[in-house]
Amino acid sequence: MTAIATTGADNRRKPRMRWLSLSSGARYSLPVLVLLAVGFVAPLIAVIAFSFAEPRSFAVFGAPTLENYRTIFDPANTVYLSFLWSLFFAALAVVILALLCYPVAYGLAHIFGRWANLITLLLVFPLFISENIRLFGWVLFFIKNGVLDGTMKTLFGLEVQSLLFTPPIIVFGMVYVYLPFMLFPMVLGLSMVPRDVVEAAGDLGASRLQIFREVELPLAMPGFIIGGLLTFVLSVGAVAESKVLGGQSVIVITHDIEIAFTYAQNWPLGAALSVLLMVVIGALVLLVLRYLDLDRILGRR
Amino acid sequence: MTEPILRLSGLTKRFGEFTAVNEIDLDVEEGEFFTIVGPSGSGKSTLVRMLAGLEEPSGGEIALRGRRLNETPANRRPTCMVFQSLALFPHRSVGQNIEFPLKMRGVAREERRTRAMELLRLLRLPEAYYGKNVTQCSGGERQRVALARAFAYDPEILFFDEPLSAIDYKLRKTLEKELKDIHKETGKTFMYITHSLEEAMVMSDRIGVMRAGDLVQVGTPEEIYTRPRDKFVSEFMGEVNVIDVRRGMNGRASGVGIPGDFLLREMPEGFESGHLVVRPEYLRFIDAPGEAENHLRGRLYNEYVLGSRIQYQVRVGERVFMVERLRQQAFRGKLDEEVLIGWDAKDSILVTN
Repeated sequence: MTAIATTGADNRRKPRMRWLSLSSGARYSLPVLVLLAVGFVAPLIAVIAFSFAEPRSFAVFGAPTLENYRTIFDPANTVYLSFLWSLFFAALAVVILALLCYPVAYGLAHIFGRWANLITLLLVFPLFISENIRLFGWVLFFIKNGVLDGTMKTLFGLEVQSLLFTPPIIVFGMVYVYLPFMLFPMVLGLSMVPRDVVEAAGDLGASRLQIFREVELPLAMPGFIIGGLLTFVLSVGAVAESKVLGGQSVIVITHDIEIAFTYAQNWPLGAALSVLLMVVIGALVLLVLRYLDLDRILGRR
Repeated sequence: MTEPILRLSGLTKRFGEFTAVNEIDLDVEEGEFFTIVGPSGSGKSTLVRMLAGLEEPSGGEIALRGRRLNETPANRRPTCMVFQSLALFPHRSVGQNIEFPLKMRGVAREERRTRAMELLRLLRLPEAYYGKNVTQCSGGERQRVALARAFAYDPEILFFDEPLSAIDYKLRKTLEKELKDIHKETGKTFMYITHSLEEAMVMSDRIGVMRAGDLVQVGTPEEIYTRPRDKFVSEFMGEVNVIDVRRGMNGRASGVGIPGDFLLREMPEGFESGHLVVRPEYLRFIDAPGEAENHLRGRLYNEYVLGSRIQYQVRVGERVFMVERLRQQAFRGKLDEEVLIGWDAKDSILVTN
């Protein structure tokens, strides 16, 4: 309030400083607005513009054409398979992550007590190492004559075939890399459930299962949804898992996009694929966010 | 006398080395409004949480109509608790909150709705509130929703864990009376926990005073007020004047640190030393020593207006005595003047520890 009043007084004296009459909110957000415009909106517009450009050209400002989209939706083209693989992998990773993280999240929120901080720290540590390096670590672990194979052979005389370069290992990679992104929103969600509300439900006659269904799950849902959304979006956009661990046994959509931009030198096609991916994910996110009350998660209510 | 609805025998709860509730024996009668009162940390909440099944007793027994209840989990006990925070389900409407216990027991939708409407009427909530979001209800309304929810499946006993402590004074007074009315209308057994003796006095048929895990005294509000068992109970009842006394001459008690011999209501057998408790409203200003059976000479130090009453502080030596008068009977003395305060033996209480 004071700041605004002061600028108001200044305005009367120095008309040239008029631009300062922007509200303080607008002025403070100016740097980030500029950054978003240059680093986010401009590239987005460029990608959208490229998606309507002549195939295999670099002329963005020529006559717009739908040729790229036509290519993608051409029944002869199998790029839709990459889309399906990506969505399938991401959905599978989210489901596995949810099942895997719920018990851990519940423990972190309610049971582990003073150990919770240490466990959290241990789970966060791997994030300090580059994702690619960690994935190559798994390659050494799973590869023929690698850690797993070698150990099994020496100790039990068992031949473990290389698990690498198969679709399941891609999902494993996604689950491994994105675990914290599911776990911590879940912990947040679960710790938003008041203990006495759970106790009250029990006191009012609800069994353990009924408490979970009627009270814990709905009240923790915002955290679960955020975790699911985050890991889904990250998994759909993941490319390293399928390249490093999957060894191109399956081509996911992000890989297709990369090929179009680099090897194939067909920027307009890559842009069109990117736009389609954004539309699919964007629609999904908006759909989910409609049921989500961010105010409640941030504790404003 | 009929069998008590709830009988606690030797009920104990320990947390490690700490004994929160220490061997409590108590009978609660059918239809009674029983209040447990005590300062924070006295174990009253732990006690009621054991009764509701939220805490497992370390020893002793809880029996409901003669049936042992210790091993019955909370969701199978025919009791219900109203929490301090009320613990309403924020993601459910008023109606759904009230119907929750019925839904958990598989009662059909139509029947649940009928019962919910009945309870809304009982608790003086408009029927239109059925679909209202509980987070949009006011404090008093939420209180009533919590109560309606607790009544929904007709529990044998209702426990209340300080549900009014977070509510402002005026509304609390209204809700205290409402709660007592509802107790009368439903005839249920209520067991109420509070740290406010004032609250306990307004509502209860009987009061139990707890201190450091022990049930110090059980009695009607009248008994607790007029015959506190010890210094703790008497002081817990509000501001009181306490004079340390020991056996004196002629059946009188002689003051320790306060000069004077005081006439007692009755001299207990074998009395050696104790505390003489005189409530501020039983002390009065007198003109001459003979006007009251006991008197003290002091100096009027200050006065405070407490709404309908005025409290005077009188210094007798190093000690401060409180005298309360109704506003209409204000004392017209000047500050720092010497005054005489007096009381009759029947208005004093002798406690022995």
